[in-house]
Amino acid sequence: MTRRVAVVRFPGSNCDADALRAAQTVGADARYVWHRDTSLGGADVVILPGGFSYGDYLRSGAIARFSPIMAAVRRHAEAGGPVLGICNGFQILCEAHLLPGALMRNAGLTFVSRPVPVTVERTTTPFTSAYAPGTRLSLPVAHGEGRFAATEDVARMLEAEGRVVLRYVKGDPAAEPGNPNGSAHDIAGISNAEGNVVGIMPHPERVTNPLLGSDEGLGFFTSFMTAASPTPPMESASR
Amino acid sequence: MLGTGATDAVALPGEPAVTPELVREHNLTSGEYDRILDVLGRAPTLTELGVFSALWSEHCSYKHSRPVLRAFPTTGPQVVQGPGENAGVLRLPDGWAVAFKVESHNHPSAVEPYQGAATGVGGILRDVFTMGARPVALLNSLRFGPLDHPRNRYLFAGVVRGVGDYGNCVGIPTLGGEVAFAPGYTGNPLVNAMCVGLLRESELIRARAEGVGNVLLTVGARTGRDGIHGASFASEELSAASEARRPQVQVGDPFTEKLLLEASLELITSGLIVAIQDMGAAGLTSSSAEMAARGGVGVEIDTGLVPTRESGMTPYEILLSESQERMLVVAEPARVEEISAVCARWELTATPIGRVTDDGIFRVTHHGTVVAAIPGQRLVDDCPVYHPEARESEDVRARRGMTAPALTIDPEAALLQLLDAPNLASKRWVYEQYDSTVQAATVIPPGGDAGVIMVPGTDFGLAVTLDCNARLLALDPYEGGKAAVAEAARNIACTGARPLGITDCLNFGNPEKPEVFFQFREACRGIGDACRAFATPVTGGNVSFYNESPSGAIDPTPTIGMVGLLERVSDRVGSHFAAPGDRICILGTTAGALGGSAYWAELAGFVGGTPAPVDLDAERRLQELLVAAAREGLLRSAHDCSEGGLAVAVAEAAMGASYAEHPLGAAVDLTGYGDGLALDALLFGEDGARAVVSLAEGAAGALAELCARHGVPLFRAGAVGSPGGALTIQAGGRTMTWDTRHLRRTWLDAIPRRMRHADLDRNTGA
Repeated sequence: MTRRVAVVRFPGSNCDADALRAAQTVGADARYVWHRDTSLGGADVVILPGGFSYGDYLRSGAIARFSPIMAAVRRHAEAGGPVLGICNGFQILCEAHLLPGALMRNAGLTFVSRPVPVTVERTTTPFTSAYAPGTRLSLPVAHGEGRFAATEDVARMLEAEGRVVLRYVKGDPAAEPGNPNGSAHDIAGISNAEGNVVGIMPHPERVTNPLLGSDEGLGFFTSFMTAASPTPPMESASR
Repeated sequence: MLGTGATDAVALPGEPAVTPELVREHNLTSGEYDRILDVLGRAPTLTELGVFSALWSEHCSYKHSRPVLRAFPTTGPQVVQGPGENAGVLRLPDGWAVAFKVESHNHPSAVEPYQGAATGVGGILRDVFTMGARPVALLNSLRFGPLDHPRNRYLFAGVVRGVGDYGNCVGIPTLGGEVAFAPGYTGNPLVNAMCVGLLRESELIRARAEGVGNVLLTVGARTGRDGIHGASFASEELSAASEARRPQVQVGDPFTEKLLLEASLELITSGLIVAIQDMGAAGLTSSSAEMAARGGVGVEIDTGLVPTRESGMTPYEILLSESQERMLVVAEPARVEEISAVCARWELTATPIGRVTDDGIFRVTHHGTVVAAIPGQRLVDDCPVYHPEARESEDVRARRGMTAPALTIDPEAALLQLLDAPNLASKRWVYEQYDSTVQAATVIPPGGDAGVIMVPGTDFGLAVTLDCNARLLALDPYEGGKAAVAEAARNIACTGARPLGITDCLNFGNPEKPEVFFQFREACRGIGDACRAFATPVTGGNVSFYNESPSGAIDPTPTIGMVGLLERVSDRVGSHFAAPGDRICILGTTAGALGGSAYWAELAGFVGGTPAPVDLDAERRLQELLVAAAREGLLRSAHDCSEGGLAVAVAEAAMGASYAEHPLGAAVDLTGYGDGLALDALLFGEDGARAVVSLAEGAAGALAELCARHGVPLFRAGAVGSPGGALTIQAGGRTMTWDTRHLRRTWLDAIPRRMRHADLDRNTGA
């Protein structure tokens, strides 16, 4: 059965069309939801796409968290509905405290756009269940503020609870360092304790077709399509 | 309303009188001023003087270049829109079309690299989306003085960051371009930005004001005092005083640009508007005057209605401001409400500021007072056109006759040194700062011969490139102009795409100097001849003169932006060797041309000799062969042979893509190729019409047959080796060997190691 996917568009979102297309590629009924909307339109799955919401001149995601739609996203998340934040979406989830930690300016101080090797660690999420634990992927990153930072207590908790979803790894020893931004513990993506809210810096929606270099990112989308039971739409429950 | 006649205008209280000094300060000659008196039949007001000064600047009027540009071929079955609009448009399959244009932002970047470059990207994006096209690719061509000078490092770092931050935020992938370094660009950096957009041909919109009584609206950012006289600034030489021009550099806001992009495309596809134009150089003045002239109508604008950032702005300032992220829209009065609603959804305002009139007058009022009233067509068309003297420099002629001092370096060390030269080194440090995969359509990312994107929902793809080898133009502008187009076309064809058309950014020195005008005229003649030979018409572009500073003029640098069509995007061919055991072939022959070569320039510091003449027929045959071979799936890789010659081309193919896990070795035997040539001429000569290709062993016969059919000489040179293996070249009775991992490290680190402390360079030295 299909899944209804809401891709939230903030002013300044620029990976919204890519996320929508990736979701449609796997057969989802994917639609945009406007930042001023207050309802997710009965969506099963929510994606906060990449971009520069509201220009991100203050701090990435700092304004977007106050968008009207974010109240609905929070209700959906708290009721166990799947939420994936990619890049700017990850930053927004942290700003909204749906995920712990923060994304800071890259250690190298410049924007970094390149493919990076990562491993999938937590696979008990609606976005990574299609991967075997430890699967190596090459996914593109493109960000200026992607350095995951958290207090050592929080980082230890994430490790202890197995909430690291993606981790940067070193590729060929002679090749580049794996971690492109100085993230703590080489963290590229995390989840909440329940696993239904996931934030990642790499862009799986950009590698969904061998013509684009690979289709290694498709698993993030097939995962929620094949999950055992869809989360019931939360819209009615919250009213 | 003050002023009774149709063309009367009055000075505002306190406005300075128009004196000869004031005319000179506005960069107008006394002859041009006489022409203004003739157009108006009276003396201009200060506001009118400002308007003439902007529209009759070189930047807006093309007064030194127009007769030369007219000789470009601009037609063909694929041309939907040639020069004269915001961007050129070419036809693609299935009702699609591509809009594309390149433009310079050199002068602003010389004084404020970050904002200068950022707003250059912003301007070119607007030129494309005002045609109704969604931008899908950016490219840029950047030139600086050598990196051993801190000021050049500062400019380089600032420009790259500015280009990146703007395009990244708007969400347009940067797919390629070029970066070059030479002494002539110290103090005269070049920043050329190109944008490529996709549209349905049926939704093309032109910037033509129509419909008397229709409303003029500004959409987007408010108007401030930034960038006043930017167009005039771009039309003079740089000097010590240029630093004082810093406030004339505009400040970019890519977030507003993104909103403007979405709002503009929505306004266009919904059919709510009649015409739209970016307020670029000379701002409201040029956008309104040009739209009116194209539509053969007049316009009346009340500058008192224009939303401003600060109070007390005069009509002069409002008309000439180059504040960014603003659009001028023409619409029927009944649509204004719906237009405002679309804009409000994108957090923008649309403000009526005037109307289309039937008297052909460009009229400006300010709270009821007519401050400018100029016959519109004459304002745009009557700028004097100059036919400057052209004479080749004696020095250039002499340099063509010279050869480099004999080099004692052995070829092993020479190749390493070439790969370590910033001109030939990997530009990964640059494009890693640009988002190259947003929009999820990038098939060939930066670092190949040309960038390739797919068009979702179709089978076809687009190849895009931006090229110029200025050293060849410095020695021979005609052949160099041909070579620039030929290289762009080779790059496109190497990916398997068929070249469709070009846009050009013609960067030169002061055209009033006969030596410079000679370069300009001859380069354009070369570009035109090559475009005719390849059936790739010129669809527009930009002329940037006066790229001179006290340290001298730049080398002639006409950058050629080309787009090509890959009918089946799955046929695309990469630049790098793909698999051990594949055959390596060289397409095309060599005469060992070292004139203007990177080998002489980088290793002997010598720019001279006679560049290889460009055989346009051989180039065309090679392009057609590459496209046919890709279509038949014969090629595993194809790489253009240009700067650094054959040795560099083979090394680049072996070193691999930017993020390849390892390079591949290669064994090449040149016995029988270029027989009788000196070893360095064979390895590093820069004859055109050549490519290095690799293919599966089983495809060799079919390729040979195809080459015979296309009249392209084929030389079987060797085979691809193992991961991390050696590169060996056998020639001149000896075998040269390189460690490909060492080559790759050197090539990748050449720019980063020079830029390691660029943050400390700041704004030092002048």
